[in-house]
Amino acid sequence: MKSEVQSNEEPASAEPDTLPDQETYILRLYVAGQTRKSLTAFANLKKICEEHLGGRYRIEVIDLLENPQLARGDQILADPTLVRKLPPPIKKIIGDLSNTERVLIGLDLRQME
Amino acid sequence: MIEEKSTALKEKSLKKAPTGIAGLDEITYGGLPEGRPILVCGSAGSGKTLLAMEFLVKGARNYGEPGVFVAFEETSEELTENFASLGFDLEDLEAGNRLIIDHIHIDKSEIEETGEYDLEGLFIRLGLAIDSIGARRVALDTLEVLFSGFQNETILRSELRRLFRWLKEKGVTAVVTGERGEASLTRYGLEEYVADCVILLDNRMEEQIATRRLRIVKYRGSKHGTNEYPFLIEEDGISVLPITSLSLEHEASAERISTGIKRLDTMLGDQGCYRGSTILISGTAGTGKTSFAARFCKAACKRGERCLYFAFEESPSQIIRNMRSIGIDLQPYIDSGMMQIDATRPVTYGMEMHLIDIRRSMETFGPDVVVVDPISNLSNAGTDNEVKQMLTRLIDHMKLRNVTVICTSLVDHDSAECVNAQGISSLMDTWIKLRFFESDSELNRGISVIKSRGMEHSNQIREYLLTDNGIEIQDVYLGPAGGLLMGSARAAMEAKELAEAAAQNKAVAQRKRELENKLKSLDAKITALDSEYDKEKEELKRLISEDKLRCEGLEDNKKEIASIRKADTSE
Repeated sequence: MKSEVQSNEEPASAEPDTLPDQETYILRLYVAGQTRKSLTAFANLKKICEEHLGGRYRIEVIDLLENPQLARGDQILADPTLVRKLPPPIKKIIGDLSNTERVLIGLDLRQME
Repeated sequence: MIEEKSTALKEKSLKKAPTGIAGLDEITYGGLPEGRPILVCGSAGSGKTLLAMEFLVKGARNYGEPGVFVAFEETSEELTENFASLGFDLEDLEAGNRLIIDHIHIDKSEIEETGEYDLEGLFIRLGLAIDSIGARRVALDTLEVLFSGFQNETILRSELRRLFRWLKEKGVTAVVTGERGEASLTRYGLEEYVADCVILLDNRMEEQIATRRLRIVKYRGSKHGTNEYPFLIEEDGISVLPITSLSLEHEASAERISTGIKRLDTMLGDQGCYRGSTILISGTAGTGKTSFAARFCKAACKRGERCLYFAFEESPSQIIRNMRSIGIDLQPYIDSGMMQIDATRPVTYGMEMHLIDIRRSMETFGPDVVVVDPISNLSNAGTDNEVKQMLTRLIDHMKLRNVTVICTSLVDHDSAECVNAQGISSLMDTWIKLRFFESDSELNRGISVIKSRGMEHSNQIREYLLTDNGIEIQDVYLGPAGGLLMGSARAAMEAKELAEAAAQNKAVAQRKRELENKLKSLDAKITALDSEYDKEKEELKRLISEDKLRCEGLEDNKKEIASIRKADTSE
């Protein structure tokens, strides 16, 4: 686990030309109420961001039960859904984010090998 | 008691949401099951989206039931454009809060799946749309896109099951479309979740003619038509045609109308055919079927009835020209709008389209008389069975409107006639058969009435001619062997009769003259005798007077002698 994180440091540090340090990840987590899944997803997301993005991220959590009209804009079907608003292009990751590897791929934080 | 129970049951029984789609409500006995999901499956281009959309649009427009259309494939703009051509103003309906089109876009490439999820987002979205306009109808077109968008099929299937349950709880009537699968009704087995009503659409090619068909595979809790029903996508949406007409309940008119040919009327019980009846004119090529039909039209127009003529062989101008050549001028009636000729090639489109075309023309024109010329040509547009089905429906349709129908039927040769026409003869009330008779190396035309329901009719085969003055049915001349004389034989017989009559006339005149002469001579004799009589009479008179004179003279003489003799006189 640790080695994975470390091995990630390199591409992350080798990325500045495509991904400047000051670039902030804007992540939007759509959930439907405070379910087990949504709580797990939020916890997983927080952890991943801390580990891989340092302070360069912002997480907005949108509860669709409170703001159902927002589902349309980002084409949300699944709960929970994580949307990477920035940097472009828009990426969507669905599920409770329990598979860190796939989340990193989804967020373009890890190059596909 | 029983009645109460049955009405109570009726109230409990399935409520239906009328589709407003022509014909579909008939075969579903009222529409789709209200508050339940309905699966519409079919291959690409079979009209699933249209059916779903029409259900919503008609619901919003005609039944006050707002609808939500969830489009997984097309965007709202695309749908709006596509349906504008069908006269569905989706924007207007949306503006009036009677319709919501929600385009759900799923791009697998931008979705990563990590761990557990559900489709609550879809439910929330749909729920919001439904609640915001109080939708009673929902269309999901097509849900199967979800299968390509999400990898975890287990989750997807359980979510679909939940979705249908949820739709039922919401009480919306939901039309769900699905792509036709190889072995199952839908590619991803959606029919597994929709147990209430499944409609299958099909677009088949048969002999290069495409026919769309609709079948209700199942409909829980309701009776429904079980056949495959052809349907059409027309300018104003779907039109389903029930193959077997639902009833035979048309009123039969007792009014008789002339065929336009007096002697033919005579053959048909002296009064012509019934209004609203169907008349089949069958015959081989060149027997004059069209001429009879045109003559009928002219007579009808003259009576002030409207005629609609469906021509499948000739163009309108050709018909008019040809009919004019035999003294049947239809142009004035066309000009005055009393008559209309619709000409199409039968193979231009499928059977059903013809039927629709005919029906639509009938709706707009409102004819009293319809001619289908020739009905046999329609068989090019479909299989025998299809033709028969179509004709059954067509004829029922017309009979319901009390329209008199004249169908001409081209038959190959006389012996095959029965085979060919049998299929439709049962639909016909009157069957007039035209045929050529070959005798003395001539072809002559003969007309006979094979059948005519509800009237006495002639059993005589009559010869007819197509002349400058129209159709003339000739006098009957029977030959020495009892056969009908036709053509030159008839003409010869006519001539012979004429000659005989002339000869007879001559003989009579001769005799008359003879008698006159005799009378004259008798007259002369009488005159001669008269004069002789007069002569004799004169002679007699003279004789008498002479005698008298002589007697007087004798007396005088005697007196003289006596006086001379001084003798006594006799006095």
